[in-house]
Amino acid sequence: MVASDYAASGERAGVSPRPRLEATSPRYGEKAIKAFLFSCAALSVAITTAIVISLLLPTASFFEQVSPVEFLTGTEWAPAFADASFGVLPIVVGTLTVVFWALIVAIPVGLASGIYLAEYAPRHVRKVIKPALEVLAGIPTVAIGLFALVFLRPLVEDVLPFLEWRGPFSVGVAGIAVGLMIVPLISSISDDAMRSVPGGLREGAYALGATKFEVSTRVVFPAAISGIVAAIVLAASRAIGETMVVLLAAGASPNLTFDPTASILTMTAFIGQTATGDIATGTIQYDTIFAVGALLFVMTLTMNLFAIRLVRRFREIYE
Amino acid sequence: MPRNRKYLCLVTAVAAVTLVMVGCGGSDDNGGELSGTVRLDGSSTVAPLSEAAAELFQNENPDVQVTVGTSGTGGGFEKFCNGETEISDASRPIADDEVEACGANGISFEQITVANDALSVLVNPENPVDCLSAEQLNQIWAPGSKVKSWGEIDALEPAYDESLELYGPGTDSGTFDYFTDAINGEEGAQRTDYNNIGEDDNTGIVGVEGSPGGMFYVGFSYYVENQDRVKALAVDGGDGCVEPSLETVQGGTYTPLGRGLFIYPSGAALEKPEVLAFVQFYIENQAEIAEAAGYIPLTDEQEEEALAKVESLTS
Amino acid sequence: MADEGTPRSAQLAVAGARSATRDALTASSHQDRVTGAVFFALLLLGLGTALLGLVTILIWSFVEGAPRLDAELITNGPSTLSPETAGFRTAILGSIYVILGVIVLIVPLGVGAAIYLEEYADPERWWNRVIELNIQNLAGVPSIVYGILGLAFIVRGPLDLGFVVAAASLTVALLVLPTVIIASREAIRAVPRSIREGALALGATEWQTTSRQVLPIAVPGILTGVILAVARAIGEAAPLLLVGAVTFATFNPSLFEGGYSTLPVLIYNYASRPQEEFRVLAAAGVIVMLVLLLAMNSFAVWLRNRYEQNW
Repeated sequence: MVASDYAASGERAGVSPRPRLEATSPRYGEKAIKAFLFSCAALSVAITTAIVISLLLPTASFFEQVSPVEFLTGTEWAPAFADASFGVLPIVVGTLTVVFWALIVAIPVGLASGIYLAEYAPRHVRKVIKPALEVLAGIPTVAIGLFALVFLRPLVEDVLPFLEWRGPFSVGVAGIAVGLMIVPLISSISDDAMRSVPGGLREGAYALGATKFEVSTRVVFPAAISGIVAAIVLAASRAIGETMVVLLAAGASPNLTFDPTASILTMTAFIGQTATGDIATGTIQYDTIFAVGALLFVMTLTMNLFAIRLVRRFREIYE
Repeated sequence: MPRNRKYLCLVTAVAAVTLVMVGCGGSDDNGGELSGTVRLDGSSTVAPLSEAAAELFQNENPDVQVTVGTSGTGGGFEKFCNGETEISDASRPIADDEVEACGANGISFEQITVANDALSVLVNPENPVDCLSAEQLNQIWAPGSKVKSWGEIDALEPAYDESLELYGPGTDSGTFDYFTDAINGEEGAQRTDYNNIGEDDNTGIVGVEGSPGGMFYVGFSYYVENQDRVKALAVDGGDGCVEPSLETVQGGTYTPLGRGLFIYPSGAALEKPEVLAFVQFYIENQAEIAEAAGYIPLTDEQEEEALAKVESLTS
Repeated sequence: MADEGTPRSAQLAVAGARSATRDALTASSHQDRVTGAVFFALLLLGLGTALLGLVTILIWSFVEGAPRLDAELITNGPSTLSPETAGFRTAILGSIYVILGVIVLIVPLGVGAAIYLEEYADPERWWNRVIELNIQNLAGVPSIVYGILGLAFIVRGPLDLGFVVAAASLTVALLVLPTVIIASREAIRAVPRSIREGALALGATEWQTTSRQVLPIAVPGILTGVILAVARAIGEAAPLLLVGAVTFATFNPSLFEGGYSTLPVLIYNYASRPQEEFRVLAAAGVIVMLVLLLAMNSFAVWLRNRYEQNW
C-alpha cells in the first residue's frame, strides 16, 4: 500500500491522520507575545527620540548665538560669566580624565574579582562576596563623594606627597572613588558571563593538561568576552554619567589640565549643577545644558558604536 | 529548605515591624481649622528658612500640608510661572525672562524679603589681615585679574605675602551673582581662575582652613557655624571697616555685601486662606525663623514693608 | 616491582617510563605552579582592594552617622528647627514607594526587551541593530537628562502626572532600564542552545521554549541586573529634584497625589548645610539607606541563590 492509502484507511477507520510539520493553527498568541516583546524593546527608541526632541530645540537656539566651531574647539569654559566663553574642551577633557582614572581602578579590580568569583571561589565564599560587592554599587553617591573628599584625599596625599597638592579637590581621587563605585558592575556581570561558559570547555582543557591559570585566562575568559566587554562598557557609561561624586571631590572649576591633583569640571557635573541652580530657564546659560547634553549624547553614541563592533567581532569567533 | 525559610521569615518579620514603626510614626491630632496644600520650591539657600516657617506653621495648623522643594531659583521660577507652586523661594530677584513667562501665564506676584544675609569674606585664621576695602576686593576678583599673591594687593595692611588661593561658589548660584554685581559692578563679571567649589559650600571652608592664603566668599550662616575654623574679614564699603554681624547688616552699614533673601507668592495662591495665613505667619515670625536657619532677621521697617506688600496683592 | 628474572635494561626502561608518565600526569612543572600562585595572588589583591574599599566606606559612614542612630531617625519626620530629633520617616516611605514602582516597571519591560533581542530579533535587520545601539547608549546618558525628560514628558506633557511618586518611579525606571536589559541579555544569551533546540524539537512554540526553559535558567543573571539597577535607583537624587521630590514634607506620601520626598534628596540637601547637626543627620541617613538597600538586596540574592545552576 502507498502512504496515501494508509492515511485514507486511517480516516475511514476513525484514527487521526498522519501529523504534519507546520503549525495547524495560526498561533495568534505567539504573534501577540512577539508584538508585546517588540514594543518593550522599541520603548528604548521612544526614549531616545524623546531625549533627542527635548535636547534639539534648545540646542538649536544655542547654536544660533554661539558658533559650533567656537563651542567645539574653544579652551575656555565660562558660560555664566559676564564675558562669556563657550569653549567646551575643558569639560570634555574633565569627563575623559575622570573616566580614565575610574577605569584604571575598576577594570583590574573588577575583572580580578569577577575571575575569582567565577573560577576560584568556593561556593559558600561566593555566596557572601558577590552580594557584598553589589552593596558597593548601592552606596549613595553623596556618601562616596564626601568619603573621597574627607578621607581618601588626605590618604592619597600621605601616600603620594611628591605630587603638588593644592586645595581639597583632586580629579584623580574623584576618579578612584568613581572607579570603586563601578567595580560591582564589572565584577558581577563578568562573573555571570564566565560562570555560564559550559563546563565541558573547562574539562576538556584540564584533560589536555592545562593548569587552572591557563583554563581561566585562555579558555573561560575569551569564551565569556562578549559579556565582559558589555560589563566594561556599562561601567564606563556609568562613570561618564556620574555627577555627585565628581562635584564633591573634584570641584567645579573647568580647568583644561591632565594633572590628577587639579580641580576639574565634567560635562555631567556642569549639567547637574546648572539645572538645579539659580539660572533662569530660557537664557543662553540655561541652554548650554542642552548643548552639552547633546554633545555627551553624541560622544557616548560613538563609543557604543565602537564597542558593539568590537564585541561582534569577538563573538563570531567563539560561537 | 528549612534554613532558608527560617531566614526568610525572620527578614519578613523584621521588615514588617520596621514598616509598622515607620508608618505609624506620624502624629494625628486635629488643631486649627485651616487645611489644604502650600507648595514652595526654588533656591536651596532660602529653603532652610521656608522649612523652618513650614514647620512652625504646621505645629499650629496640622491640617495644612506645606512642602518645600529645592530645584534652584531658576527651576523654582519655572514651576511657579507654570502655576505648579504657590510660592517661589529665590536668592536673587526675578529675571526679565521669568517675568515675561509669568506674565504670559497670567501669574501675578510680589517680591517679599524674608531675611537678610551677609556675604562674608572668609580667610585663614593665620592671616593677619583684618579688613579689605571694596576696591581691594575688586582688584582681587575682577575679570582678567592677575593678582596671584597677597603681596600684590594695593595698600595691604599689615603686609602678608602668601600666594592667593581663591574659592568661590558655583556660577549658577545667587551668591555668585550678588557678589560679582556688588564688587565688580556687573553680574557674572569675575576672574575665571579660581576654585569653584561646586555644590557643597562646606568644601570652601575646608579649603580656606587648609590654605594660609585662602579666601572664600559665602553666606553668613557658614561663617557662624565655623567661627573656630575660619576668620571673617571686615569690609570697607567706603565708610570704614565693618564686620559682618546681625547689627551691621540690619543697620545697613555692612555694605556692599548685605543682601536680602526673597519669596514670591502668587496673587492667585494668596486667595487661598491657608496660603495667605502661611505667608503672614512667615513674615510675622521671621525673627525666630531666621535664627533657626542661621540668617539675619528683618528690621521692623522691612517687616512692615513685607506685610504691606502682601496686603497689596490680596486687595 | 621488577622480578629478579627480568633483564636490567628492561627494569630501567620500565622505571623510566613510569616516572615519565607520573610527571606528565601529576604535579605541574615548577614554572606553572609559580605562575598559578602569582595569578591567584593578583586575583586576591584585586578582590581585596574592592572589599577593603567597601569596608572602609561603610565604616566611615557608620562612624560619621553613629551619633544619630536612634529610633527617632525612622519614626520622626524632617525638621529644620530641631535637627537633633529629626528623622527620615517620610523620606523612607517615599523611597520605598518609588523603588517598588521602579521594580514593577523594569522587570517586565527590561526582561521583555531582552527576550525580544535575544530570542526573536534577527540581528541582521537594521531596526534591531538600532534598538541594540539605543539601549547601550541610554546607559550612558547622565541621570539629570532623564530628569529633564521626566519633567517635560511625564510630569507635564503627554502623561501629565504632576509631581507625584508615580512620575518619579517612571523617570527612574527609564534611567535604570538599560542596566536591566543589558544584564538580562547576557543571562539569556548564556543559556546553551541545546536547551532551546531540544524544546523546539519536542514541539514547543517559541514562547513556550522561552518561558518554560530559557527564562528559569536565566533568572540568576536577570536578578543580578535587577539588583544593580535597584541599587542605582535608590541612590538617585538629581533627576528626582527636577521631577518634584521635595526636601521637606511631613506627611506620608501616596502614589498618585501630593508631594513626596526621598532619602537621597534629603541626604544631599543636609550634607551641604553649614550646621554640624545636619551633616551628622545626613550621615545617619546614609546608614538608613544602606540598611534599606541591604534588605532589598538580600531578598533578591536569596532568590538568585535558589535558582542558580551549574553547568
